[in-house]
Amino acid sequence: MRAFPLTRMLDRGAQLFLVLLGAFAIAVPVLNLMMPAGSALHVSTYLVTLFGKYVCYALLALSIDLIWGYAGILSLGHGAFFALGGYAMGMYLMRQIGTRGVYAHPILPDFMVFLNWPELPLYWYGFNYFAYAALMVVLVPGLLAFIFGWFAFRSRVTGVYLSIITQALTFALMLGFFRNNFGFGGNNGLTDFKDILGFNVQSEATRNTLFFVSCLALGLGFLICRALVTSKYGKVLISIRDAEARTRFLGYRVEAYKLFVFTLSACMAGVAGALYVPQVGIINPGEFAPANSIEAVIWVAVGGRGTLTGAVLGAFVVNYAKTYFTTGFLAPYWLFVLGGLFIAVTLLLPRGIVGTIEYWRASRGEKKAAAQAAPQAAE
Amino acid sequence: MIEKRTTSALLYLDGVSVSFDGFKAINNLSLTIEPGEMRAIIGPNGAGKTTMMDIVTGKTRPDEGDVFFEGGSIDLTKLDETEIAILGIGRKFQKPTVFDMHTVEDNLLLALRDDRRVRGTLVWDTSKSQEERIDALLDTIRLKAVRSRVAGSLSHGQKQWLEIGMLLAQEPKLLLVDEPVAGMTDAETQQTAELLREINKTKTVVVVEHDMHFVRELGVKVTCLHEGQVLAEGSIDDVSQNERVVEVYLGR
Repeated sequence: MRAFPLTRMLDRGAQLFLVLLGAFAIAVPVLNLMMPAGSALHVSTYLVTLFGKYVCYALLALSIDLIWGYAGILSLGHGAFFALGGYAMGMYLMRQIGTRGVYAHPILPDFMVFLNWPELPLYWYGFNYFAYAALMVVLVPGLLAFIFGWFAFRSRVTGVYLSIITQALTFALMLGFFRNNFGFGGNNGLTDFKDILGFNVQSEATRNTLFFVSCLALGLGFLICRALVTSKYGKVLISIRDAEARTRFLGYRVEAYKLFVFTLSACMAGVAGALYVPQVGIINPGEFAPANSIEAVIWVAVGGRGTLTGAVLGAFVVNYAKTYFTTGFLAPYWLFVLGGLFIAVTLLLPRGIVGTIEYWRASRGEKKAAAQAAPQAAE
Repeated sequence: MIEKRTTSALLYLDGVSVSFDGFKAINNLSLTIEPGEMRAIIGPNGAGKTTMMDIVTGKTRPDEGDVFFEGGSIDLTKLDETEIAILGIGRKFQKPTVFDMHTVEDNLLLALRDDRRVRGTLVWDTSKSQEERIDALLDTIRLKAVRSRVAGSLSHGQKQWLEIGMLLAQEPKLLLVDEPVAGMTDAETQQTAELLREINKTKTVVVVEHDMHFVRELGVKVTCLHEGQVLAEGSIDDVSQNERVVEVYLGR
């Protein structure tokens, strides 16, 4: 009676998504590297990086949808985990610069030489190894989310109160990272990267690879989310979202369920940030700005909360619109467009793009079933 | 320190008091429920019926008094909702609370006595016996025909039954049922009384109810609460003829 979990996990929507993502991941680098620059089909390197950025945003949106759409945890500070992952990667990239910096110091990054720091702070140790940095990309956001969630969920902070303290969390981190003595480059952040794993971050091949790896991470993140939300665990999450007290009185330890998904989501956001940084070439405290986190929530709302594919679509659509509106003569109006978009979606498409499509299909299917059942019922 | 008491009661409340902002919701309440018993609890609004359930299920901590489960072996005031639920006390809310987005089947599946840890739900498998159990429950609560519909689309009465079914799926030792027939039609009320009597054959049940017809239908021992205290206890006829009860109910 029950479908095999894998077929449920990879339903038609999920299959379509993976095929489209795979095609995108292959087509963009191929059209960039194989097509001559003058060809109409040529994808410029600028676009490759731009798309790579979108893919990272999509992974961030996915991580938000997992907790907001399925567990009802509205984090307005998820940009913090994204930025922390980004900083961990940035620290690795800084250590790779070596003597090529302005001050040519073999160990200290430029900003530390500038601040007259005598030696590398302890927490910068190990970041010259990629594996260590990669571990930190997941571990640091994960650990912060675990500690934060431990206190918040145990104290049963929910709803708008939780949203506010997540916002405070990212704001506090922003203020911290702005300080020079925090040791992460102050308001300039980390930049002037040269190599990643020995490859020039500026080169076309590296950019295409980073784009491809980002798509891979997005696909993997999507699979993890699907596996989770189609499992019994996912059903419990939805139960918590819709009737938390009922779930608790059934004997489920609600805080443990929330803590697990919140931590996992933060790890995913960290990976997204880590892939983002080498592509855009900079990470600074502005990434912690509360407005960034709110924007990411808008992507999910536009695409459709609780649909996963909608989160990805929303990230692409809104960010494409942002690119379109912020370059050229429309630039001053972007914030109006974003605000207008959010209001329009809330009023006209409360389920978001994908959510509305799913709803249409479901209600059409129900009507069909009702039409088939009606003659029998009449007898 | 509180000494452990020896009692045969399944649920034992003694001298329980709790107040909210100075208002004594429960005032020196003592109550015992014997194993296998079905008890109806009545009382006007604000008598403390729901607060009493909150105390038993760990939602509210009493300011003073003892609450013991299973013959005094377990102190419920030291446990939280989750622990008490796992221990075997199931609770139906006043307003029917089911998982609207899940199908009727999934509602029962989630309620089935099973591993409640995160680990247990990440890697899970619905066994043959569990499916049979769900089938049996669907029969009991008369919802087999709508098993694959989402619970949100059920009628009010069906939701009440589904919630009772979820309670049964937990295999509790004690069921606390808060106003099971509120908003039900007469036919549904009667069916619910039957259902509860059926359940009572194997489990201890405490029913909080306003509807006197329904309580009469159940035909069990009745406790009347008033201002957080037991006002009268006995058969429905005794209680309804008690002068104090009449006074409280009619507000004389």
